[in-house]
Amino acid sequence: MQYVTSTEQLAELVRSQARVRVAGGGTKSATSRLANVSLSRLSGVLQYDPEEYTFTALAGTRLEEIDRLLRSKSQYLPFDPPLIEAGATLGGTVAAGLSGSGRLRYGGVRDFLLGARLVTGLGETVTTGSKVVKNAAGLDFPKLMVGSLGKFGVMTELTFKVFPAPQSCATIVLDTEHLAQAVEIMKSLAISQLDLACLDMDSSRRIWARVAGIREAVELRAQRVLQLAGGRGTILTDQQDADTWQACREFRWVPDEHSLIKVVITPDRIAPLIAALENLPYRISVGGHLAWLAWPRLRSSQELDQILHKLGCPAVALMGEWPSPWIGDHQENVFEQRLVMALDPNNKFSLSQPAGA
Amino acid sequence: MDANRLEEFRTQLSRLFPAGRLLTSATQVASYESDGLTAFRDRPDAVVLVESADEVVDTVRLCHQYGVPFVARGSGTSLSGGSLPIPGGVVIALNRLNRLLDYHPSHGTIVVEPGFVNQHVSKHAAQDRLYYAPDPSSGPVCTIGGNVAFNSGGAHCLKYGMTANHVLGMKVVLPDGEVVHLGGQSLEMAGPDLTGMFVGSEGLFGIALEVTLRLLPQPERYHTVLAAYDTLPKAGDAVAMVVASGLLPGAMEIMDNLAIEASEAAVHAGYPLEAAGVLLVELEGPEEEVAAEIPLLEKVIGESNAYEVRVAQNETERMTIWKGRKCAFSAVGRLSPDYIVQDGVVPRTRLREALDEIQRLSRKFDLRVANVFHAGDGNLHPLILYDGRIQGQLEQAEQLAGEILKMCIRFGGSITGEHGIGVEKIDFLPQMYGELEMQLMKRVRLSVDPSQLANRGKMLEVSAGKTDHKHTPHPLEQAGIISRA
Ligand SMILES: Cc1cc2nc3c(=O)[nH]c(=O)nc-3n(C[C@H](O)[C@H](O)[C@H](O)COP(=O)(O)OP(=O)(O)OC[C@H]3O[C@@H](n4cnc5c(N)ncnc54)[C@H](O)[C@@H]3O)c2cc1C
Repeated sequence: MQYVTSTEQLAELVRSQARVRVAGGGTKSATSRLANVSLSRLSGVLQYDPEEYTFTALAGTRLEEIDRLLRSKSQYLPFDPPLIEAGATLGGTVAAGLSGSGRLRYGGVRDFLLGARLVTGLGETVTTGSKVVKNAAGLDFPKLMVGSLGKFGVMTELTFKVFPAPQSCATIVLDTEHLAQAVEIMKSLAISQLDLACLDMDSSRRIWARVAGIREAVELRAQRVLQLAGGRGTILTDQQDADTWQACREFRWVPDEHSLIKVVITPDRIAPLIAALENLPYRISVGGHLAWLAWPRLRSSQELDQILHKLGCPAVALMGEWPSPWIGDHQENVFEQRLVMALDPNNKFSLSQPAGA
Repeated sequence: MDANRLEEFRTQLSRLFPAGRLLTSATQVASYESDGLTAFRDRPDAVVLVESADEVVDTVRLCHQYGVPFVARGSGTSLSGGSLPIPGGVVIALNRLNRLLDYHPSHGTIVVEPGFVNQHVSKHAAQDRLYYAPDPSSGPVCTIGGNVAFNSGGAHCLKYGMTANHVLGMKVVLPDGEVVHLGGQSLEMAGPDLTGMFVGSEGLFGIALEVTLRLLPQPERYHTVLAAYDTLPKAGDAVAMVVASGLLPGAMEIMDNLAIEASEAAVHAGYPLEAAGVLLVELEGPEEEVAAEIPLLEKVIGESNAYEVRVAQNETERMTIWKGRKCAFSAVGRLSPDYIVQDGVVPRTRLREALDEIQRLSRKFDLRVANVFHAGDGNLHPLILYDGRIQGQLEQAEQLAGEILKMCIRFGGSITGEHGIGVEKIDFLPQMYGELEMQLMKRVRLSVDPSQLANRGKMLEVSAGKTDHKHTPHPLEQAGIISRA
């Protein structure tokens, strides 16, 4: 593993090596398994303008540092990036395209990334997007980086939009009797005017709905969520509320010896997916648009690949060993291929195992 | 292309379309020669009025086979010349490709064809108290396809983002006729965000045939405030104060005195005519949340030295306030025979400086400039008033407009927040980005479309020699149907 500390050094590496696969914090091992370059020392916040709602940081900066900094000014990243305590970095979060439960309200990582400095497969350093909150000039390379697992370029510097943090939050926990009921409640809450910050369901069909805002309003709104859902449930506030979502963000529910998989779904796929999984631990998130699965490491990766394929769900494996982290209904199309040809014509960033390795 | 081959191409095209939907004579194509950037005109070889996605694909394949450039066209409201025809090329008019394909209220998604009109999305979803957030002022007529190509914005971008943030998936035909699916039906995705890369590409990557949009629950309550100031910087400072308070309003808009004067003359929304600037702030959300935010906003506005504050008491009053804002641009037509609408972004904290600079330029060029802007995200829309009948004034106005863009670049902002590059700002893009960035964009363009058939001459190429041109209101503005912002 080679550690780089500057963009120039990275660009030089890209120019001189045949293959460059990057790791950030290493928290998503399935995506960085073949890494030969680490960005963990390319770290630090370069600029933070609370009044502009923006900050720029090096790609290897840990989310923990960002979180702390933003909190000090009562701001936050509304897409709720996961694995903060585990040591995830900004770059890794963008590359893996990961947003947490809070992305329900204002959008995901794609919606808050404004600019990216990156090194292309030809070793050029380009500064794409912008540092202001609104920009429609030129091609949107920052978005292309989201979820790309580094196949188009290596990000070295990122600019994000941030928002004022809500003063207070509360979580309504609802027990349901059967899956169909749980899905119905989820669907109706998701499109209600209650303005939920998070809407998740765990493996025991318990629904977790979170409201955020001004303290006195949050209390009243939590009561309304409870009523709308039939009145049976509990409300968590303050530390209890915070702890709940922190545990969720760090995936503490994933048992040992299990790999974490992100599966893209729509609410009508919840039931078929759960049926196909037969008692494996999962968490449905973002009002039924995202599922996190825990897959036993000893079980065949192909099996899951097939299940997801059959269901028509694209997915990305985050931990464990997989032939390719992209599983399920994932196909590279010609648009993608042509973009690779322009950004990385020599396939230096390819995710496939190099021949003979 | 030699004459025989051109004839062959035309014959093939006429096999794809009945005579009524293939326009070739000068009179037939006249209304397609220009878009919202009325100063530019070009004559296409043909215009096809497509009615199905297959017809689009067939046309694109034919164009590819014969090397004929093509441009997609929605409602032709682009303000940067995005839908300007390519001389000798084909215009693929998508207005009739406007079906609703799928509607999933419980998923918060809708799938439409590209000719679907922006505001019709929210109209359709209103039955389930849902709406489509991006709200360009041209919403009553502009199409989702045009919005996708230009990543269009509106008054609510700070909180909700632009078009790109609300497009989940697409079916598109690439410039060589290949059809691909990008993204999907979910809010989430696995794999690179190709949808995000396509949005805002100004038609260079081909034509969107189906678009999946995210719908949001309608806010339960709005609270709309109009605050009047005796100096424009005070209005700007008020924005900073709102931001510092931790509130996140749905919209924050500013208009200066000249813009107010124009707007009042046109729609009588009751804005204070003597104000140097007005700030429009709108809170929105659940009943209880808005109720709790109102005292905070009142306090901030109270401390901001507004000399008059009005609060919309009901939906009618709210709509009147918005009408005053949304029509401001076309209303400027009442103050001046001609005007240029500029669109640029500066960091919000430099708004005050930017306004000073615009005023300085206005004096220097001796041309009046009215200012209307999305203050929350630093998106300026200076309107440069001139009289095209006076020798040299158009050039002066264009020069002033260019100076404003250069200022945006200097301040670390952007040369467009929502109207795109098109042909209008093609010379400025290389000033905002460096040489390597420009090379990369061109490489991507050539990799996707080696012959540059899709919307050739927009965003990236060197602009063709500018011909005689004049900035006048869009025909639909003259008819009072839409106004710009
Ligand atoms: C009065 C007025 C007010 C305006 N206000 C705003 C505003 O508030 N905010 C804002 O952002 N913009 C605004 N605009 C600009 C304009 O309305 C937007 O750019 C709009 O998205 C254009 O839509 P259209 O259907 O008219 O597209 P057109 O002008 O027909 O086309 C625009 C571009 O999109 C391409 N295109 C069209 N359909 C497709 C497709 N299916 N696939 C690929 N490319 C396609 C065209 O080739 C062209 O390059 C305003 C314009 C006017 C005239």
